[in-house]
Amino acid sequence: MEKKLLLGDEAVALGAIHAGLSGVYAYPGTPSTEITEFIQTNKEAIERGVRSRWCTNEKTAMEAALGMSYCGKRALVCMKHVGMNVCADAFVNSAITGVNGGVVVLAADDPSMHSSQNEQDSRFYGKFAMIPIFEPSNQQEAYDMMSRAFELSERLKEPVLLRVVTRLAHSRAAVEIGKAADQNKLNPATDNAHWVLLPGNARRNYLDLIDKQNDMMKASCESSTNDIITINNSDKGKWIGIVACGIGYNYVREALNGIKDNEDNYMIMKLTQYPMPVEGIKQMAEVCSEILVVEDGQPVVEEEVKKLVDTSYKVEGRLTGRLPRTGELNPDNVSLGLGKENNPLFRPAKNLAGRPPQLCQGCGHRDVYTALGEVVKEYENARVFGDIGCYTLGALPPFKALASCVDMGASITMAKGAADAGLWPAIAVIGDSTFTHSGMTGLLDAVNDNSNVTIIISDNLTTGMTGGQDSAGLNKYEAICLGLGVDPDHVRVVVPLPKNMPEITKILREEINYKGVSVIIPRRECIQVAARHARERAKQNNK
Amino acid sequence: MKKDIILCGVGGQGILSIATIIGEAATEAGINLKQAEVHGMSQRGGDVQSNLRLSTDPIWSDQIPTGEADVIISMEPMEALRYITYLRPDGMIITSSKTFVNIPNYPDEAALKSELNELPNVQLDIEAIAAELKSAKSANMVLLGMAAPYIEVLTVEQLRKAVSVIFARKGDAVVEANLRAFDRGVEASKK
Ligand SMILES: Cc1ncc(C[n+]2csc(CCOP(=O)(O)OP(=O)(O)O)c2C)c(N)n1
Ligand code: SF4
Repeated sequence: MEKKLLLGDEAVALGAIHAGLSGVYAYPGTPSTEITEFIQTNKEAIERGVRSRWCTNEKTAMEAALGMSYCGKRALVCMKHVGMNVCADAFVNSAITGVNGGVVVLAADDPSMHSSQNEQDSRFYGKFAMIPIFEPSNQQEAYDMMSRAFELSERLKEPVLLRVVTRLAHSRAAVEIGKAADQNKLNPATDNAHWVLLPGNARRNYLDLIDKQNDMMKASCESSTNDIITINNSDKGKWIGIVACGIGYNYVREALNGIKDNEDNYMIMKLTQYPMPVEGIKQMAEVCSEILVVEDGQPVVEEEVKKLVDTSYKVEGRLTGRLPRTGELNPDNVSLGLGKENNPLFRPAKNLAGRPPQLCQGCGHRDVYTALGEVVKEYENARVFGDIGCYTLGALPPFKALASCVDMGASITMAKGAADAGLWPAIAVIGDSTFTHSGMTGLLDAVNDNSNVTIIISDNLTTGMTGGQDSAGLNKYEAICLGLGVDPDHVRVVVPLPKNMPEITKILREEINYKGVSVIIPRRECIQVAARHARERAKQNNK
Repeated sequence: MKKDIILCGVGGQGILSIATIIGEAATEAGINLKQAEVHGMSQRGGDVQSNLRLSTDPIWSDQIPTGEADVIISMEPMEALRYITYLRPDGMIITSSKTFVNIPNYPDEAALKSELNELPNVQLDIEAIAAELKSAKSANMVLLGMAAPYIEVLTVEQLRKAVSVIFARKGDAVVEANLRAFDRGVEASKK
């Protein structure tokens, strides 16, 4: 059998292609981006015509996937965890319509917030929508689970959530590769009653979904990757139960290997498919004197286990402090939770300083912030509402420019709300990709209210933060702003370069002083992407 | 037999290509491997690291426990110090000696060097060597060469071969330049 060294993300991607995928729908976001990038460049996927272009946001992605599923084909939706918030409406309702072709929704969670605003746990969304969840513990399982997830989705006629975390998404290991299955044929749904969610239909569908819960539980109990493993160290020792979810299982095994002269015995439930097999947990509680729940993310399973046992029974985990309440699991904190402290010989270094990421030297966002810094200090109450992207780094020294950064698109709407409250000048800074993701609707609100805001769309012709993916609105920004009703005299384009500082600052002052909605578009290509384009051109010329 | 390796440096210094080469050599040799990388946010001039675990036995965790790393391979001396709690008592730090100062509060260089010198370490100005070889981009291969004799589960020859495999698609000249850099690194760590 062929073996390949793959990132967790790549294993998911190849698993999906081999499961007969017809389309991937996604918006970039760390740590999920590499899945779609893999499919976009994979030879097999290209030959099979798998649809893979980036979508404008996670909601458009989820809905398009549902459309493909309606036609009987298999679709994958990929996003980082916070993308689940954006597509939640479509996601939750797709469990009510159900699906035709298989739908797998991949959410990549980021415990410890390596590159995110929060560490929300996507398993809550799966529970909320009442659908099955898969959570692979390693790269091989990630690959193998894709076809199982699609099969289960088609058997139950429900979408399936597949949850990974940063450490799996961005870790490589060898994966055994199987054969590619054929894609489904075009076979559009005909049962309109299922797809038209008028209350009468929706009530019936919802009862259907409730009925399917037993099948979902049965699937979990029979799952080939929901194992019970026992480690019998000594007849004298007590029995400890461990529920180890996803990659938590690896840390448990690592830690137990490291404990010497251990007399305790362990019953470990490796949990990689939900709903959690309730009967197994109850049996574990009968045999073991306590249960430790090891899960990366929020205490989803810990809360469920608590509900299954008497209040006097000891259930340990993140809620009780045996494991840290926040942040990702690692071999050290899981080992400590199991009673063994890893004690390194070398103490932390003294001559050490943090090295936060910075805007690249020569990046156009730098020139935007330099100009903005100069102008803003002339206005006592000026506030700059930020957004999400490379330009968020403008919040750090030397610029320290931003008053806020919340979620994609919030710069424009927060500036609008602040202007409504009487703040002036209320300035928004948003990137081109973020603007089409979630900024356009807010701009329409501002136009309709004639809010006194100055909006800077810092256009670097790409989605820089996540590695330079195509930006959905490329070359369309002026047209979008005009179309939404911004006064043409107040849509201004500049080139962010040090030599243009006098012109940029002049335009900024003019537009701040204009009472109404103005949009300034500083436009210069991200230098990383420009360099990549130059390399690609050189390669072309050499051929 | 196992080797746990922490690769570290500053975004853009090329630690991920070192990881790719060790990964290629391990796969070719049929040794188990897990390699956790850092993508995203931290790549713009921030600190980056990768955990590489090689073993003839199955590997559980993608991350190395503290006090378990056999080798720290670093493109920058302060970055090497960032991970010393991971180093085993009998471990080794292999690092570039040249500081990369892109922050205002970078520690005093003399103090940093004296702290580093109290730890088991091999240092070399890999950038100077790469410049001497007229291939500034191969500094990371000088470092890999220095580290090669310490990786043990893989031979220096196996790693050398992986260097040519990984750079093959960039043409013979690039392969040659990187092999020269690698060889200089190997020589330096013998001294
Ligand atoms: C809902 C959601 N989806 C995805 C992301 C990941 N993400 C953060 S910034 C960004 C794109 C930024 O692109 P752009 O606005 O063009 O700014 P640039 O980074 O190019 O400066 C993405 C995809 C996120 N934080 N939230
Ligand atoms: S990647 Fe591009 S957009 Fe991001 S900081 Fe660097 S130059 Fe600027």
